[in-house]
Amino acid sequence: MKRSLIGRIWPNATAVVLFAGFVFPVYWMFATAFKPTGDIIADDPVWFPTHATLSHFEKAVDADHFWTLVLNSVTVTVLSVLFSLVIALFAAFALTRMRFRGRRGLIVTFMLAQMAPWEVMIIAIYMLVRDNDMLDSLVPLTVFYTMMVLPLTILTLRGYVAAVPKELEESAMVDGCTRFQAFVKVIFPLLAPGLMATSLFGFVTAWNEFPLVLILNKDVEKQTLPLWLSQFQTAFGDDWGATMAASSLFALPILILFIFLQRKAVSGLTDGAVKG
Amino acid sequence: MSVQTEGTDTAGEPAVRKAGVPAPPPGEDRTSAGTPSRRAAAAPYLLLLPALLATLVLLGWPLVKNGMLSFQNLNPRQLIQHLTEWNGVDNYREVLTGGEFWHVVERSVVFTAVNVVLIMVFGTLIGLLLARLGSKMRLLLMVGLVLAWAMPIIAATTVYQWLFAQRFGVVNWVLDKLGWHSMADHNWLETQFSTFAVVTLLIVWQSIPFVAINLYAATTTIPRELYEAASLDGAGSWQNFTSVTLPFLRPFLYATTFLEVIWVFKSFAQIFAMNEGGPDHLTETLPIYAYVQGVGNQHFGLGAAISFLTVLVLLAITSYYLRMVLKQEEDEL
Repeated sequence: MKRSLIGRIWPNATAVVLFAGFVFPVYWMFATAFKPTGDIIADDPVWFPTHATLSHFEKAVDADHFWTLVLNSVTVTVLSVLFSLVIALFAAFALTRMRFRGRRGLIVTFMLAQMAPWEVMIIAIYMLVRDNDMLDSLVPLTVFYTMMVLPLTILTLRGYVAAVPKELEESAMVDGCTRFQAFVKVIFPLLAPGLMATSLFGFVTAWNEFPLVLILNKDVEKQTLPLWLSQFQTAFGDDWGATMAASSLFALPILILFIFLQRKAVSGLTDGAVKG
Repeated sequence: MSVQTEGTDTAGEPAVRKAGVPAPPPGEDRTSAGTPSRRAAAAPYLLLLPALLATLVLLGWPLVKNGMLSFQNLNPRQLIQHLTEWNGVDNYREVLTGGEFWHVVERSVVFTAVNVVLIMVFGTLIGLLLARLGSKMRLLLMVGLVLAWAMPIIAATTVYQWLFAQRFGVVNWVLDKLGWHSMADHNWLETQFSTFAVVTLLIVWQSIPFVAINLYAATTTIPRELYEAASLDGAGSWQNFTSVTLPFLRPFLYATTFLEVIWVFKSFAQIFAMNEGGPDHLTETLPIYAYVQGVGNQHFGLGAAISFLTVLVLLAITSYYLRMVLKQEEDEL
């Protein structure tokens, strides 16, 4: 099929315009973070940080509690992703490799759990956590974040487990492995890329979580970065340089993770979507 | 995000049937082979136990607790003294008879509808564009989409606050240069409409990549033969689209629309971090309203009632699709 010149130009031109539109806010965040304050509050925008400075980053990093909150966020995120991966691996294995009564019902349950309205259950969770004297602690955060990412982790891991040929496991068992050994020695290494891709979405969810930590942890020392960032701007007035530096620091780990894992994760999601 | 689409659960299904662990026939339990086979029958349940337990305790319990709280008179006094005062349906009566709740419901529904329509229309168009592009341009656009997708919500919200800042915000500068001089010093967060406009732009910008990238991935799985058959029947490119592409993508589009409805309806961080539901409570959607009434004003029982009603509204909006999914799961049993 031969296309006219215009027919070939317009998709590419649209793609360039769209690319610019999607990237601009991200670019503007980093650009502002590096610009000296004089350039940020210029009458005409300075499009490139030609006089780049790190002073805004210093200000963000030197802000009270910053490193404590980084540690809190990393701890809560990494632990909840690990917990949900372990729990989900058992569940995904059972759901893909075994046939038993109630299997369909369980899959539907996890699909429904994935739609859980966490944002509107925060009052009930607050009461439960308070009644157990666990306010201002990282434990309930970790526990609930684990649950928030669990259903999706189960449902996506299922696709990866199913992709491992059944025969590999069987031949290992013929060679004298128990089912458990066959799993650990043969299947688990093959699942590693799938586990990495699956954990990306868990990581993003936990790293992003805002409403729960907003209500549960009033003690600044026990908060996480999203809450800190949402309050940063209030604390620093209209210091957009520092605010954008803080946002950049918060966004950077996720942006890097996404760039590394995106291709695998997207194909995993799509397989999940097509195969259910 | 793993979504059931029409009757396509083939992932490992045959393998599962072969591997099926037959339940031990009754009465054979006490034979020597009884113990291992019983253990084998219990294995899937044991493997699923942690996940089930977590779901029941961490999701089920708060849901039940939320229901119980909604029938209680729970304000700071009761909270501090740990009193449980049941007050029947008073909370619901108060919420449902006040006009405000219905305004918020209406606002939430309109807000969700506008966002989801924009996300689905532009997400689909961009997904189809990705399928048409050459590999270099596709990679370029993909990178842009992934960066927007990966931005953490709160970071994205602060960036939008900066883009739309009254002073030195780049959007106002551009509008001024385009000749719209009254916008030079415009405060976007001053009115309901413009605050929603900024929030909508933020949500649509961050949501399109999911739809576009996955839609593109779905188009790559359309068998070539379908197009060949269609062109043998003399189909043009528009007919190709309506008779092959669209029907093939339909289950995917249903599933994605459903997910976006849920996600947009529940949006909390974007609206709250942008302006805490302001100006003057005018951008409070249901989750924000429940939070402000329940936690902000410390009417916890009332907030729980609003939460419960929010879940009902969400179920009502998504019931059509949910029924479809559940029915199809039954069919496959």
